[in-house]
Order: sequence, then structure tokens, then C-alpha cells
Amino acid sequence: MAEASARVPVEKTYKIYIGGKFPRTESGRYFLLQDPKGAVIANICRGSRKDFRNAVVAARGAFAGWSAATAYLRGQILYRIAEMLEGRHDQFVAELVLQGVSKRKAKKEVDATVDRLIYYAGWADKYQQVFSSVNPVNSSHFNFSVLEPTGVVSMLVPDDSGLLGLVSNIAPAIVGGNTCVVLASESMPLCAISFAEVLHASDVPAGVVNILTGFREELTTQFASHMDVNAVVFCDSEVGVAKSIHIEAADNMKRVISRVDTRWTDDSAQSPYFVRDTQETKTTWHPIGG
Amino acid sequence: MESQANKLAFNDGWQYAPAPESTDHIRIDEKYDLFIGGEFVAPEEGRYFETINPANEKTLSSVALANEADIDRAVKAARKAYNGPWSKMKASERGKYIFRIARMLQERAREFATIETLDGGKPIRESRDIDIPLAAAHFFYYAGWADKLAYAFPGRDTRSLGVAAQIIPWNFPLLMASWKIAPALACGNTVVLKPAETTPLTAMKLAELIQDAGLPPGVVNIVTGAGATGATMVNHPDVDKIAFTGSTSVGRIIRKSLAGTNKKYTLELGGKAANVIFEDAAIDQAVEGIINGIFFNQGHVCCAGSRLLVQESVADEVIDKLRERMETLIIGDPMDKNTDIGAINSAEQLETIQSYLKIGQDEGAEMYQSSCDVPGSGYWCRPTIFTGVSQSNRIVQEEIFGPVLAIQTFRTLEEGLTKANNTPYGLSGGVWTDKGAKIFKMTQSMRAGVIWANTFNKFDPTSPFGGYKESGVGREGGLHGLDAYVKVEV
Repeated sequence: MAEASARVPVEKTYKIYIGGKFPRTESGRYFLLQDPKGAVIANICRGSRKDFRNAVVAARGAFAGWSAATAYLRGQILYRIAEMLEGRHDQFVAELVLQGVSKRKAKKEVDATVDRLIYYAGWADKYQQVFSSVNPVNSSHFNFSVLEPTGVVSMLVPDDSGLLGLVSNIAPAIVGGNTCVVLASESMPLCAISFAEVLHASDVPAGVVNILTGFREELTTQFASHMDVNAVVFCDSEVGVAKSIHIEAADNMKRVISRVDTRWTDDSAQSPYFVRDTQETKTTWHPIGG
Repeated sequence: MESQANKLAFNDGWQYAPAPESTDHIRIDEKYDLFIGGEFVAPEEGRYFETINPANEKTLSSVALANEADIDRAVKAARKAYNGPWSKMKASERGKYIFRIARMLQERAREFATIETLDGGKPIRESRDIDIPLAAAHFFYYAGWADKLAYAFPGRDTRSLGVAAQIIPWNFPLLMASWKIAPALACGNTVVLKPAETTPLTAMKLAELIQDAGLPPGVVNIVTGAGATGATMVNHPDVDKIAFTGSTSVGRIIRKSLAGTNKKYTLELGGKAANVIFEDAAIDQAVEGIINGIFFNQGHVCCAGSRLLVQESVADEVIDKLRERMETLIIGDPMDKNTDIGAINSAEQLETIQSYLKIGQDEGAEMYQSSCDVPGSGYWCRPTIFTGVSQSNRIVQEEIFGPVLAIQTFRTLEEGLTKANNTPYGLSGGVWTDKGAKIFKMTQSMRAGVIWANTFNKFDPTSPFGGYKESGVGREGGLHGLDAYVKVEV
């Protein structure tokens, strides 16, 4: 078909993102991503439970460093992610279009994603001031309450918003010092992996964000039940699945954050309360004396 | 030993004269019905159970055993009060009712303290100086929030949830009732509260007080029963919110039964707090902090400092002083104002504690108990410490909920921190050092919701309380405690 002199384009291998590396799934399994006409777009890693466990180990390992990073640094890194994404704007539009999104909507989605990152970059050193308190106790003690990140957060991000939905959940968690393991949209996984490349070029420490692709039905239980995960976020699960997430999460008192029915393009999908969702309140007492 | 010369031997040359709190000023009825819709009503099945004084095993009173129909009646009363007066009332007026409860509690404080000690076994000194004043303060604090909620949630509107079902434990009966009821009412909800089956009396006295305070009927309903009654409350379809304080295992059951519902929940569960003593701490103060941390309220405290982590260089000194101090603790009649350690709350809890004493010894730890006598009747456990324990021992990992301290040592800050954080719990922690930077390093790095630095077991209505990890979900107290009782609108 192609003329003899035409250049053959180089296609990208989409792999998962664990601990700052891009391995294939340990399981060796894949699923086909096809365009609306049925043509093959890519082989996508069908991530396994073991991939998830490896990702949790990476996320836990990254937690101490990332949660101790200064708010200023986290804010700058979030901003850097936005810069990197802006620079690859056209690539993300093309990927969204390839997965069936109209060009106009795709452009809007990428714009909104960059803006969302800027929004949260700005919150990095402010949400603490909004939600903290000095508590006037009835004794001779200095007492204050601050927010601290909950820990490792697993995320089942929206299926129908391959980039904006992904970033709208990752950003408020990591700006607050959490680390996360994300299961990308099953029907639109391309942007998640390309976004991992953006993260990789943005000084986000290895393991802070880990992104898997795979089947929702196969992995949801793991995301909800893993004993070293502190919180689970889900966005578009059916009632029955939501119920099972709550049940699985109970064993280690995981915090369950439901973002069902969120309109990701809307301003209501960004808020310091999204940051607060994956924060714990810590209260410290110290006597006042001579 | 050098320190021996300077030791104050209070127990040798001095005797404490008995100083019992009188009971002539209190009224305990022979039996208590359920407090539903502003009235005391008999339980549907007509069944009652006894509540005893754990210090002498004598029956104090009987309380109703609520069944499903009773809970339904209580929830209906709460719903009616919510739809009716309570959610329509001006917030400032709602607040005034809560202030009124606080003031009446202060007025009746002595009676409440006396009954709390009789029913639960805790020293009168603690009921009188801690439980009851704090309970009143809690109502006073949240009363003022009722008309100021807009300032607590910047940029957002809030609305009340509806009917809250609240289940509380036996270790701080009235205080826990106030922790639950005060913020719920301030935020505009109505409540059905169940006290623990071994300590129902101050909750029933609170019901009387609320009736006397003229709260609209059904705003607060108080029902009695055991676990099955609580489960019925959790599973009632017309309840909007569950607030539970108790064990992590029951917390799991509650969460699983709430799955698939829209009920909001807060859970304040178990703990295994580390009290970390550095070599540069003021040792005598630290020893007092260790004593208070584990022996306060017989160790029936979810945030008790039940693990001592002491830096190796001062371990011998700290443990020697701890043993000396334990010898001076007065264990006995909870009604005596000199008593430091009262009765274990129930036969069942005593059995649990004793099983852990055996487990600790079976695991190879060395047990030391103070040499004091304990009364012949009632439930008692001598102050106990274990040395030679390792991180994986059950007495290090599991909550005992009694006067039992597991002692470990560490060399570096990092080792102390790692050990402190190495349990599934994360409710509280303590750190003792004179170095400011070390305090902040430790308080920031300990994964727990409440950290006491150079102090321990302090509580205040303005101070948020609640756990990380398996110690629970949500906070009680302070501005942050409001979140448990409102829906924050998007």
C-alpha cells in the first residue's frame, strides 16, 4: 500500500509505570485497544495482582520521602508536570482522538488538565493553612492540629475521562504528600501511560505515582483489599461494585473515597476538599512551662 | 542504690485514712426504662438486665433490654424530632439547648461523678476531676458551634445528616456520650444513643437531665442493651449516620454492614500507643507520664500508652523508678478519694486481661506486678509491666485494655520511631525529650492521630481526637469533629 519511498512510522509500546520504571506486566498478558473502526491501536498491558503488589511496595517506599518534601517543592513539581504536559499538548490531543474523542473535546480536555495541575500546584502550600487549627485547650498546653497525608492511595479512576479524570484524582492526592497506585481507564488507557512519561520528566520521585493498565473487574478487589494501602478512591463503579469495595476496604480501615457522578470538566471537580479527602488530622500537645 | 536514700517512702511510715465519697446525695432508680421521644417507656418485651458495681459485684439497678421494635420506635422518634422542631429551629436556639445541658451537667456533676464510679469502677478522683467536667465542657464547646458552622467549612455550605445512631463504650461512659451527642446536636441532627451494657447509668441520668432541660421530645433518645441492640441500630434503614467507639474488630463488622448504604460513619477504635522516652528527657516527669499513660482509668483507655519505648542508656534507671512508683499506687475502693487505680470494669474484661498476662509470660516476657493487696470481692488487676518483649509479641501488637505495660528499648531515634510505628494501630503516641527539634521530628513522624509530647492522656473539647490506620476513621472534638455530623455540599 505504502509507496516504496514512504517512511514507516515508529509506533509506541505502551507499558505500565511502577517505581519510576516502565516495565511490561509481569504476567505477560495483553489486551487489544482498537479504534472505533476496529483497527488495532496498541497492545495494552493486562496488569496483574502481582503488578499491583509491586506497585504498592514502590508507593510505600516513596512515601517517607515524598510526604516529607516541603510544600513549596511539591507545588513546584506539580507546576512542572503542568509545564511538561503543555509542551506535549498535541500528542495528548491526538491520543484522545485516536480513542474516539472529538478533536474539539480532546483539546478542551488537555487544556483543562493542564489548568487543573496548575490549580493544585497552587494549593500545595495553602490547604494546610485552611484546614489546620490551634486549639485553645483548657489547660497549660500548646495544642495544634495539622493535616498529614494518609499514605498509599489506590485509585480506580474514571473510565470515560482518560486524561482529565486521571489527573483530577492523582493531583490532589500527591500534592498532599500521598503516593498512589492508579488503574487507568480501561477503554481509554493511552493517555495514562503517556502521562506517566510526563511525570517521569517532571522530577516526581520514583514510586510517588504508579500507573497500571488492565481490567477493572479483575483488579478492583485488590485495590480495595490490600492491607498496605491506606485509602481507595473510586469514580464510576456500579452500586454492587461500590458495596464490595466498602466491604474489602474494612479489614484494614482503609478510607474509602467515592467520586461517583463527578463532572470532571466542571470546576466542581477541583477543590481543597479533594486534597483533604486523603489527609489525616494529627493533634499535638505540649506543656507550656518554665 | 543511691536513689534509695532520697526516696519518699509514703507507704511505709504513713497511712492514708479512708476518704470515701458519700452516696447520700445521689438517686439511682431500681430500674430504668428506655428514653424515647422525651419519655421513659418500657421495653416491648419487658426484659431488663442488671448493672453491677464492679468493685463489689453488688447490683446497682436494672436497665431495659431494647429489641428491634424498641430501636425502631427510637429511630422514629428521632426522625420525627428531626423533621419537626430540630431541623427547623434557628441554629442559635438549638445552641442554647446544648448550653443548657452543659450547665445542668455542671450543677449535677457530683451526682454524675459518684454514679459513674459506682457503675464503672473508675476512681472517684477521675470521675470527679476528668470525666464529668470534660463532658460538661464538651457540651459547652459544641453549643457555641451551632450557629457558626459556616465558618468551619470555608467555601462550602453544609447541611445536617438526619438521625445519628451512636454506640459508646464503657471506659468513659458519660464523656463518650457527650463526645457523641454534643456535636451531633450542634450540627442539627437528632440522635439515638446506646451506652455500653456494663455502664448504662450515667447515660440514663443524662436522659433525665435532658428531659428536665426541656429539649424537644425525640431529639435525644437513649436506649440500653448489648451488642445485638447496637447491631440493630447500625442496620436500621432510617439511620443516616453511625458513630461508634469500641474495638477494631467490631468496627470492621460495622463497616461491612454499612457497605452499600449511604450512611456516614465515624469509628474510634483500638490503639497500642508507644510512649517513647529519650535519654535527655526529664526522667522523673517521664516516669509520671508513663504511669499516667498506662494506669489512668485502669488502662481502659483506647489511647493508653501501653507500650513503653525507652532509650537503652536510661532503660535501667527508668524501669527502676517505674517499679518504685508503681509501689506507691493505691489500688482499691474506687469511691475513696485517695484511690489511684479502681476496679476492672467487668468480669469479662478481667478475663481478657488475665489471658494476656498469660500470653505475655508464655511468649517469654518477664512480668512484674506491684505488690499491693487487692480487695476480696470485685474485679482487680495489679499494675503490671512486662520487660524482655519483642516487637512481634502479641502483648506488643494487640490492645489489652488493662493496666499492662510492654517495655522495649531502642538505641537511635530511627529505631525508636520504627518500633513506635510498627503496629496496625495509630491512635496516639507520646514522646519525652528536652530537645525541641527531636520533639518535632518525632511528633511529625509518628503515624498517629494524637501525639503528646512531654505529657500524656490529655483531652479537651477543642482538641480533635481520632486515629490513623486501623485505629479508626474520622475525628471527634474540635472544629474537625464537626465534619462527622454534616454533609459538606459540593
